[in-house]
Amino acid sequence: MSILVGKDTRLVVQGITGREGNFHTRQMIDYGTKVVAGVTPGKGGEWTLGAPVFDTVKEAVNARGANTSIIYVPARFASDAIMEAADAGVELIICITEGVPTLDMSKVMQFLKGTDARLIGPNCPGIITPGEAKIGIMPAHIHKSGNVGLVSRSGTLTYEVVQALTDLDLGQSTAVGIGGDPIIGTNFIDVLRLFNADPFTEHVVLIGEIGGTDEQQAAEYIAKHMSKPVTAFVAGRTAPPGKRMGHAGAIIQGGEGTAAEKIAAFEAAGVKVADLPEQVAQLVKESLGR
Amino acid sequence: MKLHEYQSKRIFAKYGVPIPKGEVAVSPTQAREIAQLLGGPVVVKSQVLVGGRGKAGGIKLAKSPEEAENYAEQILGMDIKGLTVETVLIDQAADIRKEIYLGIVIDRAVGKPVFIASSEGGVEIEEVAKTNPEAIIRQAVDPLLGLVDYQARNLAFELGLRGKAIVAFVRIAQGLYKAFINSDASLAEINPLVVQGDGSLLAVDGKMVLDDNALFRHPDLAEMRDLQEEDESERIARLADLSFVKLDGEIGCMVNGAGLAMATMDIVKHYGSEPANFLDIGGGAKAEKVATALRIILADPKVKAILFNIFGGITRCDEVAKGILEALNEVPTDIPMVARLVGTNYEEGRAILDAANFPSAQSLGEAAQKAVALAKGETI
Repeated sequence: MSILVGKDTRLVVQGITGREGNFHTRQMIDYGTKVVAGVTPGKGGEWTLGAPVFDTVKEAVNARGANTSIIYVPARFASDAIMEAADAGVELIICITEGVPTLDMSKVMQFLKGTDARLIGPNCPGIITPGEAKIGIMPAHIHKSGNVGLVSRSGTLTYEVVQALTDLDLGQSTAVGIGGDPIIGTNFIDVLRLFNADPFTEHVVLIGEIGGTDEQQAAEYIAKHMSKPVTAFVAGRTAPPGKRMGHAGAIIQGGEGTAAEKIAAFEAAGVKVADLPEQVAQLVKESLGR
Repeated sequence: MKLHEYQSKRIFAKYGVPIPKGEVAVSPTQAREIAQLLGGPVVVKSQVLVGGRGKAGGIKLAKSPEEAENYAEQILGMDIKGLTVETVLIDQAADIRKEIYLGIVIDRAVGKPVFIASSEGGVEIEEVAKTNPEAIIRQAVDPLLGLVDYQARNLAFELGLRGKAIVAFVRIAQGLYKAFINSDASLAEINPLVVQGDGSLLAVDGKMVLDDNALFRHPDLAEMRDLQEEDESERIARLADLSFVKLDGEIGCMVNGAGLAMATMDIVKHYGSEPANFLDIGGGAKAEKVATALRIILADPKVKAILFNIFGGITRCDEVAKGILEALNEVPTDIPMVARLVGTNYEEGRAILDAANFPSAQSLGEAAQKAVALAKGETI
């Protein structure tokens, strides 16, 4: 079982006729995800991969009962696509697009406050509930259904940890990539809260990185509210200050946002922190007493 | 992307922020001519994209055009934190009575632009944050609404400004906010904002950092990029759409994904060496991109071994394997390498490398240990 996505997910793909959008839609369908519609303005009436294409998200929601959207449109159109989905009544919006301008996201976040939508990302790999639904770009085959919840700011680093978990026969309830940008729709605490309330999640793995203070806030939340054990990994111990390490949000500014301070915050909150990504799985195994 | 002081201040001025009269010079003679035109004392300021210019001797007050020429002679060509001064700004000197800090950044936690102000201007704000955090005033701004005048007035009062300086400050704060928004900045800073003897306000120093992701809608600003900001290899990487940061170690790293690239650097360090770079070849990287990335890594003479770490998702391991071999055909090298390929098409990828006798590893830990051993000249 799961959080955020599962058997009840009815997905609309924004940008379904684009190269990336089409490629990943095929993979999501192969995994068993219910893709009920696509949206590409101007291509309404067409069909692709067995799904009807609409001009607007509103039509997709009305005609097909879509409740979740995934966005593959280019960066300059991403904020528009997010707001359109939220306005159409989509409950969960997952924005894969990388390179969205920060001020666009700042406006989007204010806009979303007036709606019921939850945004994941942008600049994220998406969400997978193994065995139920894959809403994103992650390689499906490394996952296995189980009760370890995963939340991460990274893509491939998450795959690395998932693989290590699966290798030790530790399946995952849901793996959530929240994205590597400075402003994201859903942060660590939001997802920790969901895992805390999910009866099928027994242990949570948090994968952080340099930049910002989201991990420190997560550590505080864990110490106060989390009833389940958490294991963490923080990337970027060797990252120099002032340089953006790929992700727009991965930068140490004014001496703030270093891996060391994040690791210290987790350790102070009683969270085991792995030195290497592959160690995460071992720590989880020990914690679960298997 | 960082802008120089003179570029930042010119943008501020466009939005009504008062700045000192001044002009840039690339030679001492030019500096003297500008000082003559300005009349009175001037400040000769090195234009390099690092902080601490004053401490390094890169900012001097000149009482005469001749002095300005002499200082320009000293400062031009000077090395400040590894950067060579190629331009100086000659500004009319201000009549400084009080120094204020005024800046805007994005507050990641609330997702909004936030003003940061302090009556302790003229020093780095990070320093004030450490030594005297109570002296820092913050005001978040709703990006849909913009800065409302009362918010700017509140800042002015808290800064201890009185009388007509309040009105002047509100205009400056509004101007700075418009400059920040209209340039898609991630930082816009006036430090110091000076209160002069006659009560007027003047933005004596300025700094802007722009959001790289928004440069597509600001071609005019993108043109202002100073090549000095980046290392040569970083520039080539940026043009090839590779995410690359040069570091000082000896293990070259080529990885897909930013988080994994950072983790790979950390593991290299964990096993006793230092990474030579951060390099994310991105998702779906094809052979040609891999070849470009490899050339960039090999151009660093410090590199003693190269570690490839590819977790195939969108990226296909066989494409990367082909890219590695193609690149080695074009750029023959004796630098030892080890590859770790997992995920999409890893079997095909590994078969391609095995056929070429290219060393590989199963796990990231094993790959890192092998790379460190290779760098020491050991055989694996």
